[in-house]
Amino acid sequence: MSTISREEVARLAALARIDLTDLELTRLAGELDVIVESVARVSEIATADVPATSHPLPLTNVFREDVPEEPLPVADALAAAPAAEGGRFSVPQILEED
Amino acid sequence: MATDDLTRLTAADLAAALRSGEVSSVEATQAHLDRIAAVEPAVHAFLHIASEEALATARDIDARRAAGEDLHPLAGVPIAVKDVVVTRGLPTTAGSKILEGWIPPYDATLVTRLRAAGLPILGKTNMDEFAMGSSTEHSAYGNTHNPWDLDRIPGGSGGGSAAAVAAYEAPLAIGTDTGGSIRQPAAVTGTVGVKPTYGGVSRYGLIALASSLDQAGPVTRTVLDSALLHEVIGGHDRHDSTSLDEPLPALVDAARRGATGDLSGVRVGVVRELNGEGYQPGVRARFEESLDLLRGAGAEIVEVSCPHFDYALAAYYLILPSEASSNLAKFDGMRFGLRVEPADGPVTAERVMGATRGAGFGDEVKRRIILGTYALSAGYYDAYYGSAQKVRTLIQRDFAAAFGAADVLVSPTAPTTAFKLGEKLDDPLAMYLNDVATIPANLAGVPGMSLPSGLSDDGLPVGFQILAPARADDRLYRVGAALESMLQRRWGGPLLAKAPELPIAQPTIDGGAR
Amino acid sequence: MTTQPTTLVDYDDAIARFDPVIGIEVHVELGTASKMFCTAPTVFGAEPNTQVSPVSLGLPGALPVLNRAAVESAIKIGLALNCQIAEVCRFARKNYFYPDVPKNFQTSQYDEPIAYEGYLDVELLDGTMVRIEIERAHMEEDAGKNTHVGGATGRIHGAEYSLVDYNRAGIPLVEIVTKPITGVGERAPEVARAYVQALREIFRALDVSEARMERGNVRADVNVSLRPTPESPLGTRTETKNVNSFRSIERAVRYEISRQAAVLDAGERVVQETRHWHEDTGVTTSGRIKSDAEDYRYFPEPDLVPVAPSREWVERIRASLPESPSLRRRRLQQDWGYADAEMRDVVNAGAVELIEATVAAGAAPAAARKWWMGELARTAKTDGVDLASLPVTPEQIGQLQVLVDSGRINDKLARQVLAGVLAGEGTPEEVVSARGLGVVSDEGELIAAVDAALAAQPDIAAKVRGGNLGPVGSIIGAVMKSTRGQADAGRVREIVLERIAQS
Ligand SMILES: [Mg+2]
Ligand SMILES: [Zn+2]
Repeated sequence: MSTISREEVARLAALARIDLTDLELTRLAGELDVIVESVARVSEIATADVPATSHPLPLTNVFREDVPEEPLPVADALAAAPAAEGGRFSVPQILEED
Repeated sequence: MATDDLTRLTAADLAAALRSGEVSSVEATQAHLDRIAAVEPAVHAFLHIASEEALATARDIDARRAAGEDLHPLAGVPIAVKDVVVTRGLPTTAGSKILEGWIPPYDATLVTRLRAAGLPILGKTNMDEFAMGSSTEHSAYGNTHNPWDLDRIPGGSGGGSAAAVAAYEAPLAIGTDTGGSIRQPAAVTGTVGVKPTYGGVSRYGLIALASSLDQAGPVTRTVLDSALLHEVIGGHDRHDSTSLDEPLPALVDAARRGATGDLSGVRVGVVRELNGEGYQPGVRARFEESLDLLRGAGAEIVEVSCPHFDYALAAYYLILPSEASSNLAKFDGMRFGLRVEPADGPVTAERVMGATRGAGFGDEVKRRIILGTYALSAGYYDAYYGSAQKVRTLIQRDFAAAFGAADVLVSPTAPTTAFKLGEKLDDPLAMYLNDVATIPANLAGVPGMSLPSGLSDDGLPVGFQILAPARADDRLYRVGAALESMLQRRWGGPLLAKAPELPIAQPTIDGGAR
Repeated sequence: MTTQPTTLVDYDDAIARFDPVIGIEVHVELGTASKMFCTAPTVFGAEPNTQVSPVSLGLPGALPVLNRAAVESAIKIGLALNCQIAEVCRFARKNYFYPDVPKNFQTSQYDEPIAYEGYLDVELLDGTMVRIEIERAHMEEDAGKNTHVGGATGRIHGAEYSLVDYNRAGIPLVEIVTKPITGVGERAPEVARAYVQALREIFRALDVSEARMERGNVRADVNVSLRPTPESPLGTRTETKNVNSFRSIERAVRYEISRQAAVLDAGERVVQETRHWHEDTGVTTSGRIKSDAEDYRYFPEPDLVPVAPSREWVERIRASLPESPSLRRRRLQQDWGYADAEMRDVVNAGAVELIEATVAAGAAPAAARKWWMGELARTAKTDGVDLASLPVTPEQIGQLQVLVDSGRINDKLARQVLAGVLAGEGTPEEVVSARGLGVVSDEGELIAAVDAALAAQPDIAAKVRGGNLGPVGSIIGAVMKSTRGQADAGRVREIVLERIAQS
């Protein structure tokens, strides 16, 4: 399978929003290469005729009725916020649009 | 009774003493808090000790008992809870710096049930960060030490819960098992651990590692105690869509029945792929002896083959990191927990998230998030995550076939006994191999138990794993209790009695709580 | 981010040389009482972060449980759009980091939408019908709201920090995606508007959402691309996000067509990007480039189980669906005997329900239309309100018309009565008696009034006897005056002639 370059790790780290030091980038590139090497084996037996399993036990149609319950008190909601203002969570300026 | 004796009692016996009024919950709880104060400096099983809250619960239970209220059988028996389980009002960190000081505003469902049953919560136990690891060395708050040898690992990720129970700091503990994090620590600490059927215990309030693999379960010193605790925390929960909407099998009854030692008519399947090379001779020897005992109890021993188990580890290390990379995205410094600003440059939400996650996550967490991000990213999904989900199907088929030939499957829980702290820290793959025997159960959602089967040549505990079909957790307890009673007859008592006494610290003002 | 003025090609010129293709994604917020995946309430306009639970805040350990009513609403919408309803479908995680997305992934549907392959026939203002092909309708959750603080306009740029309210996070959404809409040429902007208007009508008829544009219950993303000819392959498209009024939808499409034509004329290539619509200036500006860095790493949501709507359930829902708004309109036009143009005016004036209720209250369809599209429309216009919010009910208009038909009041009085009703003086009956209105039917009273008028102008009686009927009108006028208009002018005329003949 494809080997994982330092640049690839940097791209993934950006996707995963994790700042990595140069040291970490280099080390992870090496480690992930070995790991991916070994986990890539799965494709040996994952043939087209085998269905994928995403849930260990097959359940379907688990619903709740549309009945509101007591919400979290706003004080509890904000208690752990690094910063808050006027009942809202305060976050640093957002540059990108979503 | 001397308080020292109180900490040595099984939960079942302590519960009986509480019911008879021979002992109060305050006495029992205080005895364990004293034991914690005495041995924590050596073991470090706890991240937070809740002395006040625990004693308050104990006082309440004693009062209600005195008032003649009929209480849950385990009411007043103290318990330790793995720090990955959210507890209202008690710090919950999942062993990570990124959650340092976080106090959840709500209780996990299993905690609600513990409180309802009146079990005083002694504190939160140490673990590998976000349950990623097999040695508890990946905790951001220092190692937990194996009570059998303080230089060795207690297993992981639930090393804290296993060590706490093995060191008599708690008669009961809660663990979580995503690939073996209950069973492997049980094996290397000479204790009992059970991973219930997926959906058997609510995941609501477990800080998710891999949603399709995680299960919470009991960590105890005896099979019966696990059954008792399993019945407290198990059963349907409307807050968890994957919770099984059906009653639990009769687990305690199964354990009592098993303890009579009669297994006639039970077919025990030995999984060829979970034995043999890679497993320490001492581990294999203890395993064979246990098989003989089962045979002696009337069980029929058959060999089964699960050819796709050889791919379980690979599939697991694709599925877990993928789900984890998404589950751990919420730790971004915006709503709770750590917030770190970038050393230089503009302070934007994007950069603060990156800086927070870079500073707040440890190496193993970063490693797995990056791996999972890779496995899910465009162009790789089919080859990695998609293929891993197919392997999962093949492993389920292996189990289905094997359970056609046997009522339970057995194997050593882990290939080796406890290794030295630091020994495998720099070799992720070697670390991952510890879970080779426990992972298939998580991939298929079937229940598994580890119980002590003796000491290896190195004098360290060896675990015996029992696996049952989904929803048949009772079989674990029947077979486990039978084997346990035969082994204890042979040992002349519990295996833990052979563990060395721990160095006792002089009591400190704060009772050793940190 | 650029806001510098872009050169535009005149619209007709652009259309003459390019074939526009549009596509529309509409998000509708469902009107459920609790959220998509948790029991937090959904009260609009509540104090910030008072409508949240551990689930909608994305707290560690929280898990989603699907709201049955949201699924039922999604199926209703799918059926109303003539879609197939999936036998089995799943939720997926759309992974991206953004402060208003509490889990940093949106729980949505990816390759298994609950509804797919439908269509909607949309009627344009001149009655032309256009069939819009629906690709899919899927369920997902809404995000929270950021308020940008500091800097100029509360917009992202120049803000020093943002405040986040998660009340909206987790509100159920259905996203409806059209296939590329081709062959509409210059009418593309009008089609886009008519389509979203038709959708809103359906949401309301199905009672799945209040569908209030001003609250953002319905939000449209419009995709526009140009190609040289209808035979050419599709051009590069732009996606203009969150265009939230009907007028803006039309303007935004029109603007993009002119802008892209200018780009292509300049020999440049249209950039595939999201663009932002500016209500104030009526332009779109460049937003995020749709780069390959946009990797959402979709995978099946392991915390939710598949949804497999039983065919029985689907058929039960289908049977419960109300008549489609367009069919209903056609039926009413038949019953009322309105001309196409008349019906279209009624529809555009939002008077269909009002007239239906007025007719039900006893007025003839023609009379009902006369009231609502005449007198009342004028009043609404001068008061700057819509018909429905006038202080008069269709039932009252019906009663008013019944009074006219029974001859108790004439049209002139009826307008006075209406004025009284609008002034809050009560029901038509109450106004008539309170104001002492109503036609004078007492013969004696009328004869006396006529004699008085004739006595006041003796010369007129003489002229009439002389065979000149012209002046009769001024006598009638005088009588009507003295009876304050409450006399039946026809009857007054007869009496005048009788009295003159008798004298
Ligand atoms: Mg969209
Ligand atoms: Zn959407």
